[in-house]
Amino acid sequence: MHFRHSLHAAVLAAAIAGFVSSTAFAQKKYDNGVTDTEIRIGNIMPYSGPASAYGVIGKTEAAYFNKINAEGGINGRKINFISYDDAYSPPKAVEQARRLVENDEVLLIFNSLGTPSNSAIEKYMNAKKVPQLFVATGASKWNNPMDFPWTMGWQPSYQAEAHIYAAYLLKEKPGGKIAVLFQDDDFGKDYIKGLKDALGPQASMIVAVESYETSEPSIDDHIVKFKAAGADVFLSVTTPKFAAQAIKRAAEIDWHPLQIVVNVSSSVGAVMKPAGFENSQGILSANYAKDAADPQWDNDPGMKKFVDFMAQYYADGNKLDAATVFGYGAAQTLVQVLKHCGDDLTRDNVMKQAASLKDFQPDTLLPGITINTSPADFAPIKQLQMMRFKGEKWDMFGDIMSGDLTH
Amino acid sequence: MSAVEDVATQAPAVEAVPKRAMTLGAGTSLMVLALLLIVPLFVKNFIIFQMTMLLIYGVAVLALNILTGGSGQFSLGQSAFYAIGAYTSAILMEQYDVNYALTLPVAGVVCFAAGFLFGQPALRLSGVYLALATFALATAMPQLLKLGYFEKWTGGVQGLVVTKPDAPFGLHMSQDVWLYYFTLVITVAIYIFSVNLLRSRSGRAFTAIRDNEIAASAMGVDVALYKTLAFGVSAGITGVAGGLGAIAVQFVAPDSYTINFAIALFLGMVVGGVGWLPGSFIGSAFIIFVPNIAENISKGLSGAVFGVLLFLVIFLMPHGARQIAVVGQQLLGRLRK
Repeated sequence: MHFRHSLHAAVLAAAIAGFVSSTAFAQKKYDNGVTDTEIRIGNIMPYSGPASAYGVIGKTEAAYFNKINAEGGINGRKINFISYDDAYSPPKAVEQARRLVENDEVLLIFNSLGTPSNSAIEKYMNAKKVPQLFVATGASKWNNPMDFPWTMGWQPSYQAEAHIYAAYLLKEKPGGKIAVLFQDDDFGKDYIKGLKDALGPQASMIVAVESYETSEPSIDDHIVKFKAAGADVFLSVTTPKFAAQAIKRAAEIDWHPLQIVVNVSSSVGAVMKPAGFENSQGILSANYAKDAADPQWDNDPGMKKFVDFMAQYYADGNKLDAATVFGYGAAQTLVQVLKHCGDDLTRDNVMKQAASLKDFQPDTLLPGITINTSPADFAPIKQLQMMRFKGEKWDMFGDIMSGDLTH
Repeated sequence: MSAVEDVATQAPAVEAVPKRAMTLGAGTSLMVLALLLIVPLFVKNFIIFQMTMLLIYGVAVLALNILTGGSGQFSLGQSAFYAIGAYTSAILMEQYDVNYALTLPVAGVVCFAAGFLFGQPALRLSGVYLALATFALATAMPQLLKLGYFEKWTGGVQGLVVTKPDAPFGLHMSQDVWLYYFTLVITVAIYIFSVNLLRSRSGRAFTAIRDNEIAASAMGVDVALYKTLAFGVSAGITGVAGGLGAIAVQFVAPDSYTINFAIALFLGMVVGGVGWLPGSFIGSAFIIFVPNIAENISKGLSGAVFGVLLFLVIFLMPHGARQIAVVGQQLLGRLRK
């Protein structure tokens, strides 16, 4: 009896294993940071310093991995998430990356935040051949598998987003006079580049470009200049505080251009409400993730899972904060990659699996937006959908658009 | 309470330091040096990297110590000179293929000039006003580095990636170990130079200015010259530290050299003991390791924990690490008796 039972079990197990994946038969192969019971994942976040608002992303991810561990882990292995503070300082990021790789011996560094910090560690990570996976920055430089095969982005790049706005303007507002206000840093300059690239020969549509520093108390002057220049399209490449100011000021001086605010400033709570809903009607933007403040997702199964997760594992977090939605989606993508790795948890295989995601959709992405990668394509999310502000919320409209210039 | 006593108890802005007390004894110095030479042979590369950073920040704090502890002038603008040094090294290495070791003297000279020039207008200011003027320099620097006009060289907001040098002469050591010993040699040279500077005629002039400017000029010290000189020397040394920092971190960007860094250096000086040169390295250890400890205690409140630790240090040891050293020496002395 016993013998037959175990024989049955063995045959069954083999059949299941063969069915699930042929890699399951492969020998267990581990790099640093992996044992039969644990996967060590490193992370660097600005928990302190000027960008500390983003620290929420790291906390959400820690909570998400707690959830995964509580549910049994990934193929029986628990995630040990080690997250350090770099205070948004590149030299500190280098120190923390080295601590993670050499001291804590993590398998990979996941979703480290900030363009300067990631630029600082990029060369080191690639020299060490340790994955720098799904970095949390919108710069377009992370999609460069030829030179940096160990570094991969996650969110749509700022340039891709600018391409979408340019395509929209070329179609809907040909001959428009575009005014651009941008923050004088890498974030702002990436949009300018993307816009000019996509407008191509029509770049002369841009009639006024002004930059501002985050230390400026007010950006009113720039808006007045735009009106004087006769612009009828206003692209606001601004962070939330300034985006709200710009919307308000334009209304005050009775300037009513077609206004586009970039994705980071599309928050209803942080931008539209302070600027005044009456001033924000008809403003355009684009998004790739669902907004927890938007009632249209109340019955969405993906968002329900997100809200349940927040209630159970990160109760003191704010589900309306876009950063929690972001952290949840990124963490879910990593879990997907690690699941695909099976028992071959080497750094090589992690990159291989990360570069072969097909139509993966985290719970928090807009319907129709999926994650696709290939060995030549290290930009997981490339699509966005345009949206228009109406009443007290955003209405999605038009097709899911891809930010590729070649499409 | 006689008038004489009143005068005697009036504490000067920075307590005068006897010449001997500015350094460690020869025996202790050699012991520390031996430790610094041997330890890297036994620890992980990551620790070696941290020790390298400790030496580099230590040199930067030392430079500030010469300015504040030596000549009594405050500066919250050291991050600006550090940035100039770092960028000088990085640009020379990456854009003009200059050997990394040769970029350091250039960084030093450029920063000496920058510091000397900045010292001219700063002459009219003293105390908190000078601190404010240098503060302005530190806040302006990251934005200057972002200017489109310089972008060709500085890489703008994206910064520059620097190649780490290999060990020369076919030596079998890792880049980290080599860079550590390279940094150590430069640190020791700068340390010896600084000690001798403060003991020299110029150093005495600095001290005289620090203790009483009017008395110093009455004695024939050219106050203007020595004040700007102190600024120049301090900036020059900071520049060398900046250059080393750029090589060790392999990256320069405007965000690396914000006002926070200037404050960290100032903090390191106070914790190490104003005017006590070896303390610079203890202060440097404080600014590197204590934030990590604070983070271990609480992630969300790391800033607050750091503040509490800092407060404790200042409250219990207002003279910084020097106080511990003095007490230690007294205890040793008693034991010998």
